[in-house]
Amino acid sequence: MSSIKIELRQEDVTKIKEICASFNNDPQELINVLHKCQEHFGYLPAEVQEVVSNELVVPVAKIYGVITFYSFFTMTPKGKHPVSICMGTACYVRGAEKVLDEFRKELGLQVGQTTSDGKFSLSSLRCVGACGLAPVVMVGDKTYGRVAPDDVRNILKEYE
Amino acid sequence: MARVKMQILVCGGSGCYGNNSEALIDNLKLELEANALENDVHVIRSGCFGLCSLGPIVKIIPGDVIYTKVTPEDAKEIVTEQIMKNRKVERLLYKDPVTKKSVATETEMTLHKKQLRIVLRNCGIIDPENIEDAIAHDAYEALAKVLTEMKPLDVIKIIKDSGLRGRGGGGFPSGLKWEIAYKNKSEEKYVVCNADEGDPGAFMDRSVLEGDPHAVLEAMVICGYSIEAHKGLIYIRAEYPLAVARLKTAIGQAREYGLLGKNIMGSGFDFDIEIRYGAGAFVCGEETALIHSMEGLRGEPTVKPPFPAESGFRGKPTNVNNVETFACISPIILKGAEWFASIGSEKSKGTKVFALAGKINNVGLIEVPMGTTLREVIYEIGGGIMHGKKFKAAQTGGPSGGCLTEKHLDIPIDFDNLIAAGSMMGSGGLIIMDEDNCMVSVAKFFLEFTVEESCGKCSPCRIGNKRLYELLEHITKGKGTLADLDRLKNMSLVIKDTSLCGLGQSSPNPVLSTLDNFREEYVAHVTAKKCPAGKCKDLMEYFIISANCVGCTACARVCPVGAITGERKEPHLINPAICIKCGSCMGKCKFDAIIIQ
Repeated sequence: MSSIKIELRQEDVTKIKEICASFNNDPQELINVLHKCQEHFGYLPAEVQEVVSNELVVPVAKIYGVITFYSFFTMTPKGKHPVSICMGTACYVRGAEKVLDEFRKELGLQVGQTTSDGKFSLSSLRCVGACGLAPVVMVGDKTYGRVAPDDVRNILKEYE
Repeated sequence: MARVKMQILVCGGSGCYGNNSEALIDNLKLELEANALENDVHVIRSGCFGLCSLGPIVKIIPGDVIYTKVTPEDAKEIVTEQIMKNRKVERLLYKDPVTKKSVATETEMTLHKKQLRIVLRNCGIIDPENIEDAIAHDAYEALAKVLTEMKPLDVIKIIKDSGLRGRGGGGFPSGLKWEIAYKNKSEEKYVVCNADEGDPGAFMDRSVLEGDPHAVLEAMVICGYSIEAHKGLIYIRAEYPLAVARLKTAIGQAREYGLLGKNIMGSGFDFDIEIRYGAGAFVCGEETALIHSMEGLRGEPTVKPPFPAESGFRGKPTNVNNVETFACISPIILKGAEWFASIGSEKSKGTKVFALAGKINNVGLIEVPMGTTLREVIYEIGGGIMHGKKFKAAQTGGPSGGCLTEKHLDIPIDFDNLIAAGSMMGSGGLIIMDEDNCMVSVAKFFLEFTVEESCGKCSPCRIGNKRLYELLEHITKGKGTLADLDRLKNMSLVIKDTSLCGLGQSSPNPVLSTLDNFREEYVAHVTAKKCPAGKCKDLMEYFIISANCVGCTACARVCPVGAITGERKEPHLINPAICIKCGSCMGKCKFDAIIIQ
């Protein structure tokens, strides 16, 4: 799955151990541990999973199983400006698909990919709960409402 | 404490937040300071008012004046006119879509008149980050009554008599659920609040947690007392950071006030609440899957029985209720079972919150008595279909539900009627579609969701839904046959019959219900190879009406593949063999000469 090989620094390993210890190394807290790790590293590469596995005494296969099961967890790093297009029902019926197509075209990315310079990543998500603004696009923490395909270029320009 | 003379409530719900309400709050505070009013007038970030399409919303108390679509730049005028001179800012008032007259207060709005707010009673009224404000609005009064005057079985009896049914989708009687959990004796029991709102297009749980978190906390303590549990867990989506933050604040304040923790209100009863995070898996809304997820496992459901009430979290008796269900508890305790049972229809009591979205004018959160008709919801509360188009269908129950059509407009909406109509209540998402929505594509959209969210444990759901999706894709690409429609139906029925959990058992519903209600649309896709709504790209053909074309060449210039030919001032032609159906030409044409066939 993860093609990127990384070398964890000693301080990263210490950080992961600290996170695990803060949950008493309880295997039942695995999901909370992973949340904290992803908060710290931005994603969950195999190397991080191995440390967690040793600390919580949970097979790494099981951790991989949990990470791939939940859409919130990712094994690839996100871009500096993660672009998420809401594909919830309300946004879908108001034409979110066309907006997504436009982002695909502009960024040259498929959903789940990151640009080679690490600047943008593209993802779709299900409902941010701002259905009154449909279709909704999020770039980082910023929400854009009532987005039309024509607005896409201008939105991306803000981050150049 | 200085006496606050006025309050400015600014909606901090997700819709308004995304619409810059934070900057508005900052500006209001600056304006108040500039006029030395900051001690007399408080700006409060409130929960959702339910008028999401008109956001950001501002409400002035006293007077209850509502302002809509307020920008950060409007802050100055609101302070100098409304606050200092008590003159309304006319241009920001809500305009009634029918009479075109300005309406100043919420109670005067047509869309408010049909509503009855029990669950949302304090949303948009209190400051969700201030427990004193909540207490001033009756929070924890029901808990005091329960702890001082009632025994566990008395509470369970009231909930049973009220007829309250689970709002998470299933509609199981809540009182009965509590009773089973009560009867399973154990030293260790758990109360779980299911706040894993996964239905795309539904955001009521989030609004309750963001706008009135104490309503949920109080009800969980009451539930704990009734089933003799001492530990509560809230399972919430990590994608809801604002709701999580407000819950944490509320839990902290409740502990400080002795409303959570040891010896609550001096009654000797102990109860505490912790938050557990979901990580984005729709199936975790199913209670057994949710429990596994809380245990650090993949959120895969298991066969019931045993029910969570017998063996749930850590193998102990566990009562799982949804946010909206919990939010109904305190009013029932305070006002009585008879009061609650007098609202709603025969078998569905109380109110239901709907997240009204899609092609409707008033997108937002509404709460109506059970048994209100779809027509009232769409036309009286929702303000009708956008751009005066024709109503086509309403999808209820999200990816597990079905669609209601024109012939269902006058049936009273409740748990049983929706099932009889081939749909279901679900969590309360109500997505309105108009004539431009292709129902085959809608079914495909939901199947895509189910395929993504299927946990993969049982084959009918894992493989069956994938096959259904492929068939639908086949049809939308113009490669389907009439026999495929029968295949769709048969496979759907098998998946429903043989899947392990609620997700698989209900996932073919969107297919079955669109097949039932819009068969002619499916037939058009497979026989004439046309999409009547003009949505399926592969079945569309762009066409220039010669009579309307003035030969301005705008379309030919914008076409990225050179599919349009024609002389200046002469009607143009599109070559369908080259056309990639991007629609650019249609957007450019000022003479409505280009149509989709």
